[in-house]
Amino acid sequence: MQLKNIFKFNGGVHPDENKIASTRLPIAKLAIPKKLVLPLRQHVGHVAKVKVKPGDQVFKGQIIAEADGNISAAIHAPTSGRILKISEEILPHPSGLPDFCITLEADFKDTWIEKKPIPWKKIEKTQLIETLSQSGIVGLGGAVFPTHMKLKTNQKQTIHTLVINAAECEPFITCDDMLMRERADEIIRGSLIAQTILGAEKCVIGIEDNKIEAYEALKKAAQKTTVEITVVPTLYPSGDAKRLIYLLMGIEVPKEKRSVDLGIQVFNVATVAAIYRYLEFGEPSISRIVTITGAVKTPQNYEVLFGTPLSELIKAAGGSSNKQKKFIMGGPMMGFDLPSIDVPVTKAMNCVIESSPELFPTPKPVMPCIRCARCADACPVNLQPQELYWFSKSSQLEKAREYNLFDCIECGCCTYVCPSNIPLVQFYRYAKSEIIAQDKSKEAANTARERNEFRLARLEREKKERAERHAQKALGAQDKQAEDDKKSTIAAAMERVKQNQQENIKN
Amino acid sequence: MITALLVMIFLAILLGLVLGYSAIKFKVDGDPMVARIDAILPQTQCGQCGYPGCKPYATAIAKGEADINQCPPGGDAGAKALAELMGMEFKPVNEKHGVQKPKSVALIDESTCIGCTLCIQACPVDAILGAAKQMHTIIASECTGCELCLPPCPVDCITMEPVLENSESWKWKYPIYNIQKAQKA
Amino acid sequence: MENRSPYIVNAPSVSFIMFKVLLALIPGIALYVYVFGVGVIINILLASLTVLLTESVILAIRKLPIRPFILDGSGLVTAWLLALSIPSIAPWWIIVLGTLLCIIFGKHLYGGLGYNLFNPAMVGYAILLISFPSIMTHWQTPSALMASPMDWLDQIKIIFKNNLLTKETIDAMSSATPLDYIKTQLTLHQTLSSIQQDKIFGLIGGHGLELINLGYLAGGLYLLKEKIISWHLPVAFLSTLFITALMFNVLSPETFASPLFHVMSGGSILCAFFIITDPVSAPTTPKGKIYFGAGIALLVFIIRIFGGYPEGIAFAVLLFNICAPLIDSLTQPRVFGHK
Ligand code: SF4
Ligand code: SF4
Ligand code: SF4
Ligand code: SF4
Repeated sequence: MQLKNIFKFNGGVHPDENKIASTRLPIAKLAIPKKLVLPLRQHVGHVAKVKVKPGDQVFKGQIIAEADGNISAAIHAPTSGRILKISEEILPHPSGLPDFCITLEADFKDTWIEKKPIPWKKIEKTQLIETLSQSGIVGLGGAVFPTHMKLKTNQKQTIHTLVINAAECEPFITCDDMLMRERADEIIRGSLIAQTILGAEKCVIGIEDNKIEAYEALKKAAQKTTVEITVVPTLYPSGDAKRLIYLLMGIEVPKEKRSVDLGIQVFNVATVAAIYRYLEFGEPSISRIVTITGAVKTPQNYEVLFGTPLSELIKAAGGSSNKQKKFIMGGPMMGFDLPSIDVPVTKAMNCVIESSPELFPTPKPVMPCIRCARCADACPVNLQPQELYWFSKSSQLEKAREYNLFDCIECGCCTYVCPSNIPLVQFYRYAKSEIIAQDKSKEAANTARERNEFRLARLEREKKERAERHAQKALGAQDKQAEDDKKSTIAAAMERVKQNQQENIKN
Repeated sequence: MITALLVMIFLAILLGLVLGYSAIKFKVDGDPMVARIDAILPQTQCGQCGYPGCKPYATAIAKGEADINQCPPGGDAGAKALAELMGMEFKPVNEKHGVQKPKSVALIDESTCIGCTLCIQACPVDAILGAAKQMHTIIASECTGCELCLPPCPVDCITMEPVLENSESWKWKYPIYNIQKAQKA
Repeated sequence: MENRSPYIVNAPSVSFIMFKVLLALIPGIALYVYVFGVGVIINILLASLTVLLTESVILAIRKLPIRPFILDGSGLVTAWLLALSIPSIAPWWIIVLGTLLCIIFGKHLYGGLGYNLFNPAMVGYAILLISFPSIMTHWQTPSALMASPMDWLDQIKIIFKNNLLTKETIDAMSSATPLDYIKTQLTLHQTLSSIQQDKIFGLIGGHGLELINLGYLAGGLYLLKEKIISWHLPVAFLSTLFITALMFNVLSPETFASPLFHVMSGGSILCAFFIITDPVSAPTTPKGKIYFGAGIALLVFIIRIFGGYPEGIAFAVLLFNICAPLIDSLTQPRVFGHK
């Protein structure tokens, strides 16, 4: 394993990895639960459209909610059974708010719907993308963006390099690591498929130098293929797509642009493996690898059907070992507290950590910012977190925006190094969502203004038309041909009602 | 003494020139006042301010005929923004004009609606769909929550439903860590 | 729910940072005692005591928790820096008054730790210098140069009861600093080489003073190594001071002292590593730090040579503190992916 030609980005931090505990045991399959709860919103974009009703019998792999438009993803039944209800349930989301879910009762027969492998080499590309939009595959690294959209290219966007993100830089998380160790073959094949679909010249896998076994496995699987494997130094957040592209190629993706604009596409290892399974075996996205670690008795990686209640996973991992019963979804740098242990496993859930006071002690008292700029030194985006903090704290949102708040990737490096223990990222999250809400209401106000002006103009026009008609009548033009004009009928009706209304008011 | 005075006078003149120049150079000739005021108003078009809509109220403010604290939907935040724009002292919203309510949208009870079209004519933003003698519905995304459609309805079938937070409109809250709290805990 | 990610942190606390700064001052202080005797220790103790008392009172009045803010150590750093800046034979009330000024006018009037626009120690120092110029410019003669060196009792006496001593004794004990001496002698049309024949001059700076500065330098390097301060400020400050002094020195070696002399005398080293590196009142961007350090060095040199005071650090620092926010806003580094 050797490092070559790495372009270092500013900052970054080296948190304790804590990855060993959950890599001692191989990936295990979690048993089918009695009930599965499948949120309609497990991806970025439009909510999936429900295709079943309570009481329906469904097979494993059958579509139960289909993609609504392009930026959306289908949802499949993870096992065979009966649809129980469609209702609002608590989601694994920082808001803890409920959203619509389909509840499926398993019949434990686990009968597949007829699987249709896709001869992807033979069929046309647009059709292939169309088929993939039925696969339910979304970015499994956590971004959950519909994958078929990322494979779609047009004349303007030719992709020259496909980057496979195997960095997995967050502490504790090992689901990609284990997947690479055990299913390197699927990943390499999936990468090659994605490369072919995209028409990319190159395919590079970027992996952190702390995953030696995974690297060896990938190397073995990639023998005799054109897939390159590049080792990057272990440094959080090298797994952030824009940071990884810079590490591998020295290219900075400009602000407000996406990497595809530069001819680079990035996929997570688990996503390409899912593409492979869908095309080669006709298996849609119905499960994923989840790391369960932290204070649980036996940390391990499980292959879990979507919709499985988290409590089942916790039980499988030997149950929680402390009273607090607090669970974090994601890693310790960017994760969030789960609202309950009954939330379902979703496409975005890569890791669940049981929190304990030893692992994640309560934060120390917050002190004023001493402007030491340690945060700026640690920021991988080269922002000035201390200024952003100042503006967010005093709700000077426009100023925060000016200082590039929206370039912040919320990686948490700044908070990690702040001697004053300021929860900086929380201030940025607050400021961002406040700005977005304000923009939205501004937009709504603008539409309201337009609609109001439009209406006023219409009323004005109708008044004029009416006046003209009166004038015509006064002239003695008795022909009633004007009455065939549909508009005037309506106008007359309106007028009548208006008079009525006025009378009403008078009375 | 004389030199000091001269230096002072020279400095004063120089500064004056710089300030004067920058005032000319960086003058913001943006939208006319009415449009800038109107941009702050929430465009609910409810008429609570005493004018038939936001634009007329904006015009009245620009002319100096109306106070800046008459718009309940804009709330104190809106009044603050107006005060800043007009260079006036901030005043909380005058309760005579109403109180700020959580954002709501109108909902027509479609089984009761008799299709009289009265509400359509009241709606300032054409957010109600329907034809004579047919059931009416409200396009919730366009409704500003002005409540103007409530009084004309002869069968009282319109209600205002507060817009609840869902996982899409949910916002991160202002962090509540401060030193005092952390110390007590 | 508590969504407080990142859940893990790994940062030195503010107290830890300030403690390291105090630690880094120790070699300088030790050499100070070696050269001048225990006077400075008394000043440091007095200053520390005053800081602790005043801060506690002010924090109580402002209804802020006392413990974390006393323990953050920033007040102590201010106190020590002030104690090291004033003459060690100044009467006791000078340091007490100075510390009070630092804490009240330099720090808490602006909102306390993290909010002060000016470097607190320099605020106190500047007010003292303007109000009591004679006391503030009478430095102790290094013990080695005195006919009969003071013992520690004398020093305590001079600090607490200087009315017990005759004017002659005081005069014998005190002398101008080398910077001051050069300045006054130059106005008497002496040449630099003859001025520097005086016994108060050492190899490069002032006799003994250069040793203390070496102590500060060692402490400063320690802070750099520990990453408590970044290199930008000291390097920008010292190199600018050196280069400016060099240019003048080359032009006219008989009127302008050597660059090394400038770097090693007065408060240059203390300023470079300990005073302008106060994070709160300095710019935060790397480029901004370089401009800030260089600007202060230029101003220090100008005041030393052309100004009314022999040493200009306090005024230069305060003037540039005002500019720090502006410097920051003009030197924003390029954000990833931006032009
Ligand atoms: S690390 Fe913390 S204390 Fe230092 S400048 Fe950043 S926010 Fe302020
Ligand atoms: S959270 Fe934002 S500001 Fe903080 S280090 Fe990460 S990118 Fe920079
Ligand atoms: S009170 Fe209603 S009509 Fe008047 S400005 Fe406010 S929103 Fe517009
Ligand atoms: S539907 Fe009713 S409440 Fe909504 S904007 Fe129209 S009139 Fe106002």
